[in-house]
Amino acid sequence: MPGKLKAKIVAGRHLPVMDRASDLTDAFVEVKFGNTTFKTDVYPKSLNPQWNSEWFKFEVDDEDLQDEPLQITVLDHDTYSANDAIGKVYIDIDPLLSSEAATVISGWFPIYDTIHGIRGEINVLVKVELFNDLNRFRQSSCGVKFFCTTSIPRCYRAVMVHGFVEELVVNEDPEYQWIDRIRTPRASNEARQRLISLMSGELQRKIGLKVLEMGGNAVVGYLQCFDLEGESGLVVRAIGTACTLDKLSNTYTPATAINPCNSSPSKDIKDSPQAVPSALGCRSTHSSPVHSASSRLSQGFSVSVPTLLFAGMKHRHRSSDGPRARQCRAGFGEEAPGVPLSSGPPTPLRAQTFSSFSPSKSYSRQSSSSDTELSLTPKTARICLSPSSPTLQSKSSPIPTTKALRSTTPPPLHVSQSDTAMLRKSVSFSEDLLLAASGMGSGGSAGKEAGPLKALLRQQTQTALEQREFPFFTLTSFPPGFLLHVGGVVSARSVKLLDRIHNPALGNTRSYKLLDWNSFTADEPETRDAWWEEIRQEIKSHAKALGCHAVVGYSESTSICEEVCILSASGTAAILSSRFMQDSALDTEHRLSRQQASVFTSGAEKGEGDMGSTASLGFEDLMSPGCAFCHIPYDELNMPFPAQLTYCHCCRRYKVPDVLFTTIDLPTEANVTGKGCLIQARLCRTKKKAQGEGNATAISNLLPFLEYELHTQLMNKLKLRSMNALFGLRIQISVGENMLLGLASATGVYLTALPSPGGIQIAGKTPSDITYEQHISNMQKKINDTIAKNKELYEINPPDLVEEVIGSPIPEPRQRSRLFRSHSESSDEVSELDLSHGKKDAFVLEIDDTDAVEDIHSLLTDAPTPPGFYSCNTEIMPGIYNWTSALQMFTSVRVFRLSNVNLTNQGLNKVFNDLCENLLKSLYFKLRSMVPCCLCHVNFTVAVPEDELIQVAVTAVAMSFDKDQTQENGRQSIDKNLMKAITENEDQLQFPLELSAESSSNPLNSAKGLSEVSGPLPSARVSSLEKASPLPEGRSRSLRSNRSYAGSSVTVVKMTPLSFIPGTKIIKYLGIINMFFIRETTSLREEGGVSGFLHSFIAEVFAMVRAHVAALGGNAVVSYNMKECVFMENPNKNQAQCLINVSGDAVIFVRESELEATPPQPHSASAQTSSSGEGT
Amino acid sequence: MSMELDVFVGNTTIIDEEVYQLWLDGHSVSDAVRMRLESDALSECEASGEVLHSDTMDQYRTFQMCERLLHCPSKLANQLLFQIPAHRQAMLIERYYEFDHTFAREVLGKKLSKGTKKDLDDISLKTGVALKSCRRQFDNFKRVFKVVEELKGPLVENVQHHFLLSDSLARDYAAVVFFANSRFETGKRKLQYLSFQDFAFCAGQLISYWTVGAVDNMMEDMDVDLEKEFLHDLKDLKVLVNDKDMLDQHKSLVCYQLKGKIKAFSEMEANFKNLSRALINIASKLTNTKDVRDLFIDLVEKFIEPCRSDKWTVGDLTLFLTHYTSTAHTLEMFRFQILWERYMGVIKSCILKMYHD
Repeated sequence: MPGKLKAKIVAGRHLPVMDRASDLTDAFVEVKFGNTTFKTDVYPKSLNPQWNSEWFKFEVDDEDLQDEPLQITVLDHDTYSANDAIGKVYIDIDPLLSSEAATVISGWFPIYDTIHGIRGEINVLVKVELFNDLNRFRQSSCGVKFFCTTSIPRCYRAVMVHGFVEELVVNEDPEYQWIDRIRTPRASNEARQRLISLMSGELQRKIGLKVLEMGGNAVVGYLQCFDLEGESGLVVRAIGTACTLDKLSNTYTPATAINPCNSSPSKDIKDSPQAVPSALGCRSTHSSPVHSASSRLSQGFSVSVPTLLFAGMKHRHRSSDGPRARQCRAGFGEEAPGVPLSSGPPTPLRAQTFSSFSPSKSYSRQSSSSDTELSLTPKTARICLSPSSPTLQSKSSPIPTTKALRSTTPPPLHVSQSDTAMLRKSVSFSEDLLLAASGMGSGGSAGKEAGPLKALLRQQTQTALEQREFPFFTLTSFPPGFLLHVGGVVSARSVKLLDRIHNPALGNTRSYKLLDWNSFTADEPETRDAWWEEIRQEIKSHAKALGCHAVVGYSESTSICEEVCILSASGTAAILSSRFMQDSALDTEHRLSRQQASVFTSGAEKGEGDMGSTASLGFEDLMSPGCAFCHIPYDELNMPFPAQLTYCHCCRRYKVPDVLFTTIDLPTEANVTGKGCLIQARLCRTKKKAQGEGNATAISNLLPFLEYELHTQLMNKLKLRSMNALFGLRIQISVGENMLLGLASATGVYLTALPSPGGIQIAGKTPSDITYEQHISNMQKKINDTIAKNKELYEINPPDLVEEVIGSPIPEPRQRSRLFRSHSESSDEVSELDLSHGKKDAFVLEIDDTDAVEDIHSLLTDAPTPPGFYSCNTEIMPGIYNWTSALQMFTSVRVFRLSNVNLTNQGLNKVFNDLCENLLKSLYFKLRSMVPCCLCHVNFTVAVPEDELIQVAVTAVAMSFDKDQTQENGRQSIDKNLMKAITENEDQLQFPLELSAESSSNPLNSAKGLSEVSGPLPSARVSSLEKASPLPEGRSRSLRSNRSYAGSSVTVVKMTPLSFIPGTKIIKYLGIINMFFIRETTSLREEGGVSGFLHSFIAEVFAMVRAHVAALGGNAVVSYNMKECVFMENPNKNQAQCLINVSGDAVIFVRESELEATPPQPHSASAQTSSSGEGT
Repeated sequence: MSMELDVFVGNTTIIDEEVYQLWLDGHSVSDAVRMRLESDALSECEASGEVLHSDTMDQYRTFQMCERLLHCPSKLANQLLFQIPAHRQAMLIERYYEFDHTFAREVLGKKLSKGTKKDLDDISLKTGVALKSCRRQFDNFKRVFKVVEELKGPLVENVQHHFLLSDSLARDYAAVVFFANSRFETGKRKLQYLSFQDFAFCAGQLISYWTVGAVDNMMEDMDVDLEKEFLHDLKDLKVLVNDKDMLDQHKSLVCYQLKGKIKAFSEMEANFKNLSRALINIASKLTNTKDVRDLFIDLVEKFIEPCRSDKWTVGDLTLFLTHYTSTAHTLEMFRFQILWERYMGVIKSCILKMYHD
């Protein structure tokens, strides 16, 4: 009984009129937690009741505290009939369970009704008294902190990064229970909301347990998703990265970004061979390199293998895996300068052959491992078992489609996707592709079967060891020195058939039982787990193929249409600083006493020491920090895909690919030329309507093409902008009844380290025809013009290029005259480099079919962003530093109805493309007052809610920057002057080290660090816009004009999808916000149609998020994300329903300017109370 | 193929003042889009009709959702649904409550009832203000009237406090409320030349000097009604015309003062008794509600028109009224100095305001 929850209902305001006769309301409140309910008195005849209730006390297990939300229901008392519900408030009390987060929840919450929306507000106070629980077998995980932020949170220091954690829970969807037929929509919606709230609570608790087991104290990059599988249930799943975080005593986080460290990676040279082989060993035991079609076939389709058979293997697996996994666990101190090493990715160019380099040149860190790894083992078959349930639901057949894809064409390197198709057909299809492939059966990997097997055996209490089988990190940006090399994007997809759960237990639990789903989910999570496990294995093997031992920027998603479900996972293969993997001693210590943070600190220091010494060894000591991550991690002799390697344009020592695709944010230390921009590839493919397996087959057949074309589009658009790298790549494939939508978004940049991209050359097939030629040359000219324009727009003037072609139109010489180009390039490059340029010509687009025409068309139809606007889907925009603090987060949703049912692919494509383009145009227009500004973290989500509907939702933040203010900070100078940057970096390196060593003991020192570092940060200039808004509460009240706003008690809460707010310091994380809402209407027309309905719903969701944050004492939400927006309508019945799921981190920030002037005053929740009390 | 749904929601609610005005003016979405397309301000954005339509729809929806809150402006600051910076809130409120003076002029003094609301289409036709806008303005009048009617204390402050309006706008509302409450006749043809501002000024004078709040420093009664006692006492002023001596004496004093100073001296001299009688009669009749309502028409018919026909200049009139008021104090027999001052002060400024073409 380790917790006491206390709640007090203070007052209500703006209540709706419930009694038409008196135009008033007799309101009272029910407060419910678990199975205990308290009631307040009825406050008669008022729309602004003052209950001032006693403290309602709930004595509960901390397990329940984590799972359950506090449920507050406001009702209208009616003497003669049933009391009418006005609405509810669900309060997640998780933030109160961590000592470092909020201490009290207090404030005005919107009273929400799923039918009527927000109906007034209620002022509530909630506190928790936790007793220490020393029970070793406890099921709760109170105190583990959760962050949505995909980087180390700003006021923490990472002591250790333990690795991947995942969990999922399954339940029946109340909406599909029989009882739903007889209950009201309101009851049904509330049941769903409550269920999901419970499930997320449970999920979080379970993940927390895993983290504790691993010895961590926090989950960073926590991503929780819902799969509404309809009839077959509701899945809530989450992934994250377990870490051990230390709160910085100072509010300032050193090194968050600014200091690229350039010490050397010595350690990792020693370590990596060690770490990787062990992994390999494990792998090899399992990998059955079966690649004949026949075997695949036999395995592919629902071969159910007795579980027992594999038990042995499983064991083996586990044991061999153990050590490796532990090693993979990486820990680091943020301040520890690591060496960003690393390397580049694969690039798929069409029509290029693989060019090889002299191996002697490059030191290949991974050589041993990669050799083995890349030995062209074709992808192996995966054995899939359908779990005990009799249905065929989980058969996965390894479809080498991917591989085939990869090899046939320019292996879209990022697309190492695998479709697990379920059918023979798909298998044979892939076979064909395979044959067609040019024999580059690149990185197949092994060990597929491990996943499912494991899943079968998996128990609730899975050991941490096993989890670390996946060296995945959901982080997208890393403390300097953690990320060494980047290999490229790896992704995997799998098509599954959802099936109704045939579990006898279900029959009994049909009736609605919220708290007791364990009884019937015993089977189901297994299935889902197995599916994901399979995909993760695939991802892992792809990463191996790229010579990488880890996957960063990892994420998972699903798209469900009827009973077909596409599971997708993607990430970026990378090599992380192996220094962290060796800390096994540390690790044990760590396990022994979780609390001994000091141990880790010392470990980190030790690490630094090592690094220092190794730096003197001179390994890569010349490597400039800004380019190391581009260096290829794989063996250039055994490249997993064809790519053009050149010597790094920064350090000239290591090989880099010509194009780099990643899912992570641009590393802060990266050298970038010019600015970046949002690049999107959009594709629509029609699909015949089909049912069940037929449908699944059709989809899996389409997927590879879709991915390939998306990739080609991305490439083309990248070239058109004269850029050579993509960051934050996110490919979303959405499936509908009769079409597939693909949307790839990424931020293109010009990495200084990578070679300058060639132009795009159009080649016609029938040169005889004069008009045709003219047409082609016209197009060519257009393209060249666009490239030139883009270069200017994005300020891409790589130094070498400028020397190269002074005064002539830039792209043309490169394309037209190879001679000229190679000559000129060689002039300023080391002669050996010539080799690499042999094949690197302009990117050739052949117009031989409609596809190509389409490609070119889509290339040229992308409207340029209007002047003053930039856009990206990453956290920050390279080339822009002087942000003002004016920001505007927004969500925009559009649904387009295709009236013409018989659309062709081209027609569909155009529609889809226009839809996205117009949406962007509208955004630019709406935000025109913020110019110059950048749309950051532009996150598109597409869906096909119905047959002829396409839904596109965008969430992003517009941030103004100061154009005139040319601030010479460290980062900018990197771009301009590499040498200078390096020296500066070295200088900067000093104090983080100092800081880390002494921060605990010497506050003075850390304070100094603070002031020093804040210099180069984006300026804290407060724009005029800003003044209007969010000063901390108390302040704004005192500044209030004499115009009497009757007690404006509403705290301004900023929301942003980014992990920071420019010009401010986050001084406290108050806890995770994870909210799920359903809104339904039966009077659609009266509410302003679908647009009116959704508009107010989204506004309501924002309002509720803000209210919760304010009640926690916060003034901003960072890493805000709208993960789900499911909209369904039935205009004929005048009905609509929408589900929205949002998440983010509630924080307190202070302006940097204030921070300097006055010591930060986190306005406490009590201050909050008093001020909000005023508002009544 | 069509856009089924199209929404944009910002964490901070985006409000385009230009569109807001179009909305307030009662333009339909398509009209608004057309007008925006034609306006120069947006030409640099190269916004297409489609983009503008989407934007306008969004804005209109936002305004419609805000409208409920604007009906009770103090709620706007407390509500959680829209995050709007305080200065934008003030703008929203102020603009929402702003009204067309031509419209207000039509409604002035009318009962703010359903009946009047039905006549709004005529008023709309006459004034050229869109019917939608007329309805909003009318409803605003009615809403402010309802809230303020029963409140104690100074009218202007009450309006300002409850509706968070600027001082000048609050004064205008006070005038509207005052006129609606006392139902002053303003619709007669002879009064048509008077603008809303003229009346608003007069209302201000009446509120400031003739209501209970004016002398009593509020509390007791409200500002909306004229002080009964004062109106009753005004009967005493009759002595100025009924007492032959006093009238003559008054006239000679005024004439003495004005001789040579005004152009229309002879006309004044000839008409003095009529004019004085007119003013005093108006004063003495004010006990009657009906006559109170006719205050302005009486002033025009009985005083302003005669002066105008005699071609008095404003200067003449000012001098005349000044001395007409002040010389009364020197009359030995005249005991109602304070009453006189209170009455004439308001009458003088009203007449001066109303004395134009």
